[in-house]
Amino acid sequence: MQALHIKAKELLESGRVRVIIGYGEGSSGRVRPVFIRNVSEAEKLVWDNRCKQNLAVYLLKPEIKKIGMPAIVATPAAVMSIVQLISENQLKNGDLVALAIEDDSVTEISDDVSLETYVQSHPVIFPPSVKEEIRTIAEKSLQDRLKYWQDELSRCIKCYACRVACPLCYCERCITDVNQPQWVCVASHLQGNFEWHMNRAMHLAGRCIECGSCTLACPVGIPIGLITIEASRVVEKEFGQKPGLRCNAPSAMSTFKVEDVETFIK
Amino acid sequence: MNPNNIYKPYLMRIEKVTDEAPGVKTFRLNFMNDVEKEYFAFRAGQFGEYSVFGEGESTFCIASSPTRKDYIECTFRQAGRVTSALARQEAGDVMGFRGPYGNVFPLEDWKGKNLLFIAGGIALPPMRCVIWNALDQRDWFKDVTVLYGARTVADLVYKNELDEWGGRTDMRLVTTVDPGGETPDWKGKIGFVPTVLEQMAPSYENTIAIVCGPPVMIKFTFPVLEKLGFNADRMYTTLENRMKCGIGKCGRCNVGPAYVCKDGPVFTYEQLRTFPEEY
Amino acid sequence: MNDQSKIITHDNLLKFLDALRTSGKDLYAPQRKAQKTFFLPVDNVQSIVFDYVQTTESPKALLFPKVERLISYEYVDGQVQVMDHAESRKVNECILFGSRPCDAVALKTLADFFSRDVPDVFMQQRHDALTIISISCTKKDENCFCTSVGTSPGDTTGSDILLTPVEESRYYAEVLTEKGRALVDALPEYFEISGPVEKEKYVAKLENVFSSEEITRRLSKAFDDPMWNDASLRCLGCGTCAYVCPVCSCFDIQDEGNNKRGDRLRCWDSCGFALFTLHTSGHNPRPTQSERWRQRLMHKFSYMPEKYDLLGCVGCGRCSRACPVDMNMKEQLEEIVAEIKAI
Repeated sequence: MQALHIKAKELLESGRVRVIIGYGEGSSGRVRPVFIRNVSEAEKLVWDNRCKQNLAVYLLKPEIKKIGMPAIVATPAAVMSIVQLISENQLKNGDLVALAIEDDSVTEISDDVSLETYVQSHPVIFPPSVKEEIRTIAEKSLQDRLKYWQDELSRCIKCYACRVACPLCYCERCITDVNQPQWVCVASHLQGNFEWHMNRAMHLAGRCIECGSCTLACPVGIPIGLITIEASRVVEKEFGQKPGLRCNAPSAMSTFKVEDVETFIK
Repeated sequence: MNPNNIYKPYLMRIEKVTDEAPGVKTFRLNFMNDVEKEYFAFRAGQFGEYSVFGEGESTFCIASSPTRKDYIECTFRQAGRVTSALARQEAGDVMGFRGPYGNVFPLEDWKGKNLLFIAGGIALPPMRCVIWNALDQRDWFKDVTVLYGARTVADLVYKNELDEWGGRTDMRLVTTVDPGGETPDWKGKIGFVPTVLEQMAPSYENTIAIVCGPPVMIKFTFPVLEKLGFNADRMYTTLENRMKCGIGKCGRCNVGPAYVCKDGPVFTYEQLRTFPEEY
Repeated sequence: MNDQSKIITHDNLLKFLDALRTSGKDLYAPQRKAQKTFFLPVDNVQSIVFDYVQTTESPKALLFPKVERLISYEYVDGQVQVMDHAESRKVNECILFGSRPCDAVALKTLADFFSRDVPDVFMQQRHDALTIISISCTKKDENCFCTSVGTSPGDTTGSDILLTPVEESRYYAEVLTEKGRALVDALPEYFEISGPVEKEKYVAKLENVFSSEEITRRLSKAFDDPMWNDASLRCLGCGTCAYVCPVCSCFDIQDEGNNKRGDRLRCWDSCGFALFTLHTSGHNPRPTQSERWRQRLMHKFSYMPEKYDLLGCVGCGRCSRACPVDMNMKEQLEEIVAEIKAI
């Protein structure tokens, strides 16, 4: 952690960045997102195994952008989000300094090449429990799978914490907020909840970098990330493209190759 | 209003549709249920929630005067989901109406005074109810002046009534369009409403000013009135905020401690100044 | 000690609840799901849990459900017919078990707010059919601050029966209202008369961290204070805090249907959403999260007390526990007291 403090102070003092987006001590033993703008506050930054939330979401928040050039304490998932956001023209080369931390040494990554090199050597590793959950659901019959998701999604209250926690949900006017036509029911009955999550899965297919922040954010304990992870895995399997690896990758779901097949559509 | 379910609308038949301006229509509505019609009453300044079943509700003032008992009217611009659906309705169709909501223009307090109405564009409808109400009780008031402006000649609403008002001897009508909005045969003034107001320089003595318009127009009109000597408690406006339930429960129109739908939409400038600028 | 004070053993309590359930009433009580605690319909009283400090979601859905059908319409022979759901539905009698004293205060505030001026029949029907059996808090956590907002771990306000755990798996039962008495009188075999019980010995102790009057006073001058921007930087504008809060009641009215039939629904909404105050013209009076966060706090602690003499918060701490980015309410309020210079 000390290396992080030193780096933070150096970045701020030199004026190279105006704000460091990182993790700080929160309440009840949690960590929370912090925005360090003064050298005197740099020691508030923490780095340990509680730091899981994807902070890349703040790179697109207008109030943060207004502060100026950011550095961001980036988990491997956050770096992947940044690469994906670059490939979608939401960020560009030089917009930020990512700080990757390993064994108390901090590496600055800011250009496309070093970001790509980093994600390729630091894949997002899933805890065995998540792999197990996915396997369990995938093994269910379609009927049982539907029952499982009906049970889970009946709890959804449409708070949209999953949406705001996701760096790739950056639409200024989300499809749920479009009312001409009203594509997705506003109400949080089961149908409205299915409409929202199915839409979200389709919009994140091929883009979800599997950080799990949505599941962390959900206040009612729905393992909502499993849906978008699965959607991305289908895209990877069928179209051979994994998100978050190349800064100039074409968008998987809005480009096609002639040899694409769609055997999974039944 | 149904005393039990406050969200259940009256069923209203559209009697007449008038095209006022590009995208702007007036509906004349009548209650389908005679008993409801009998008991319905409202006062100038109040608004309602007008709905198309399956699309939703939209908030407009009641644009006709309460002195005209046979119908109510609303005027709206096609802008969003519900107003677009409304714009597709025709005479004979049935729609929903909940109301009357909100507070009123205190006409009794204005007896014996001069009335100066200042309106811009699509904001003439909320004023029209009180203008006609005043004209229908003309002997209550001294001089009645209406200053109304729009961006272009085509955008002026209630064109027939403007002609009528222009022809009356018991009131003064001044119409204006923004510079560049005039047609070759335009006989009214050319200039923004606050500018024309300043040129007119009406006297503040014994006069009530009622202003309604887009936020930018109000922002520039109130200072002109103040410069002319009007006191803030003699300047009225009606706020168009985002409203939903109309009865102070859903929270959308909450501005400071006030709910625009309940404590307003009619406010004096003196009251408005105490609100946080969140409207 | 009054004759409405009773003792009930834990075992008898479960039997009492089961008897209520099988008598045809809907019973909602805290149960575990997805490693969190929710108020859920009870099928088996053995699944009711008792070891929680506070549930994840509040019980407000029993008065103010996340989706409520207001009217339905149908076109029959070209004519529209409107069905009034307040008239046509029958709300089943409902028992809420396991709410905390703060929840009972919140439900009372909700019911009060909705019945003022223009009474809301939907909430009234549900309120009339609801009996609230709360359990005093013997534990607290660092997110609780009920004593700073006018209630306490053993407060009887708003409950029909309040149970306080005492020794030997027993509860001291205060039967507070007609509704509470009706339940107990129908099943008296489970209750024993109680001698005097010093409730304070058993309930959690929670020190005041601030006075809500002080917060209200400081906030009345705080609208233009620059603190809101920094305080809200990490807020991402979801609806979690509003939805888990037992007092928050902002809603939307949505039509779902087509040109043959449909419904008009009331659904939860939150002032934290970016588009909550958006005008169709595109003008948004609260364009950034800073204004929206300010609105949340001002509404609860300044506007509601000023206008209705009601505080919009009961210190249950749910918003703090559920917030994905740790916008801790207690901490935010402590900072307001510390930082905003009272004039």
